[in-house]
Amino acid sequence: MSEGNVQAGTLPPSPEHTSSFKMISSLGAAGAAAGLLIVLVFGVTKEPIERYKAEVLRLAVSEVLNDPARYETLYVTSDGAIEASVPAGTESEAKKIYVGFDADGHATGVAVKDGAAGFQDIITLIYGFDPTSGKLLAMKVLENKETPGLGDAIEKDLAFVSQFEQATPPLAAVKRSTGAPGEIDAITGATISSRAVVRIINESLARLRAPIEAYFSQASAREEALP
Amino acid sequence: MKETTGQEDLLRGIWRENPVLIQMLGLCPALAVTNNVENSLAMALATLFVLVGSSLLVSLCKRFIPGEIRISVYILIIATFVTVADLTLQAVVPEIHKALGAFIALIVVNCMILGRQEAFASKRPPGRALLDALGTGAGFAIALVMLGAVREILGSGSFLGVSLFGPSYEPWIVMILPPGGFLTLGALLLCLAWWQERQEVKVSG
Repeated sequence: MSEGNVQAGTLPPSPEHTSSFKMISSLGAAGAAAGLLIVLVFGVTKEPIERYKAEVLRLAVSEVLNDPARYETLYVTSDGAIEASVPAGTESEAKKIYVGFDADGHATGVAVKDGAAGFQDIITLIYGFDPTSGKLLAMKVLENKETPGLGDAIEKDLAFVSQFEQATPPLAAVKRSTGAPGEIDAITGATISSRAVVRIINESLARLRAPIEAYFSQASAREEALP
Repeated sequence: MKETTGQEDLLRGIWRENPVLIQMLGLCPALAVTNNVENSLAMALATLFVLVGSSLLVSLCKRFIPGEIRISVYILIIATFVTVADLTLQAVVPEIHKALGAFIALIVVNCMILGRQEAFASKRPPGRALLDALGTGAGFAIALVMLGAVREILGSGSFLGVSLFGPSYEPWIVMILPPGGFLTLGALLLCLAWWQERQEVKVSG
């Protein structure tokens, strides 16, 4: 074989034994230099990466709320109250929701991001829900690692995705639709992934529906009280 | 060690000792991310960047690296370049970064890269190490794009996202799934072996 191939131990042995101090200091210096470089690159790339993530979320929220004039981020706390902000350090316990408003300032719907296990890995999706009519506005899969060509149709198959518009939860994934409200035709070859999407929305709404409805009835009561 | 010219160093990795097709190195990314041409190209470029950066740095620092800990230092250098590539891709082309997922981070364990450090960059001047890294990286890119092109054309009916056969084409989905990677690589190696055998017959006959 030519010298292009790896041959273990071809390096000539060092003339004398290298001291432990030299080995530790060389590796330490290399590690410090590597760390410094990574921190520098991280500092430069942090802002564009976060900007991209925020932009993806903003577009997704606008899409599932049918282009609201603006939207607000609110928090549903563990005891079911909806707050505009939560004390620092407790963000992870509260659930973020995005309430959309039309140009007149009426709340039109709420977007929720949620996720659960699919066929391969966690599926993350965002859905829009209108508590006034009790219907879903739209659903968009944000992240999935489902089988390419089969399971990832939950994101790409527009016929499947569009079924969530105006569907009445709780949803049911079926193989042959009977036309009942809340029925979602599962994708052939992706039944498990389709069911996972339906389950994520059902479980998320089971938890959040009551606080969201309470918030919306309060909001409309406040509007009526205004002159 | 046999002396080589700069031209040999550059050209060797591209075809005669192609890392994927001849040496069978770096097969994990070659099979995993080549389900379309765009992903193949991004993976090849990220690997080329890591390989060139590491080879150059290893060659420059080879006098300061004690022989006993050389492998740890090489891995440290490679891992640093991989992290830089990972963050840069995430900031500049987030969509592609999302598609490649964990495989960018796994460039660290691509044996082709460590192999070039141990077998070449640690013994040669920086200029030669650079040429060798460019050649090997280009060879890797050629192999990945060949695999990606076959798999995308058959599995999605498109090339670089442009549809080739119109809506009536029924995509051969297995080709973009993991088995398609093995099938394509196997077929490619079969063609190469057959072609090489014919060349040898011609020379000896």
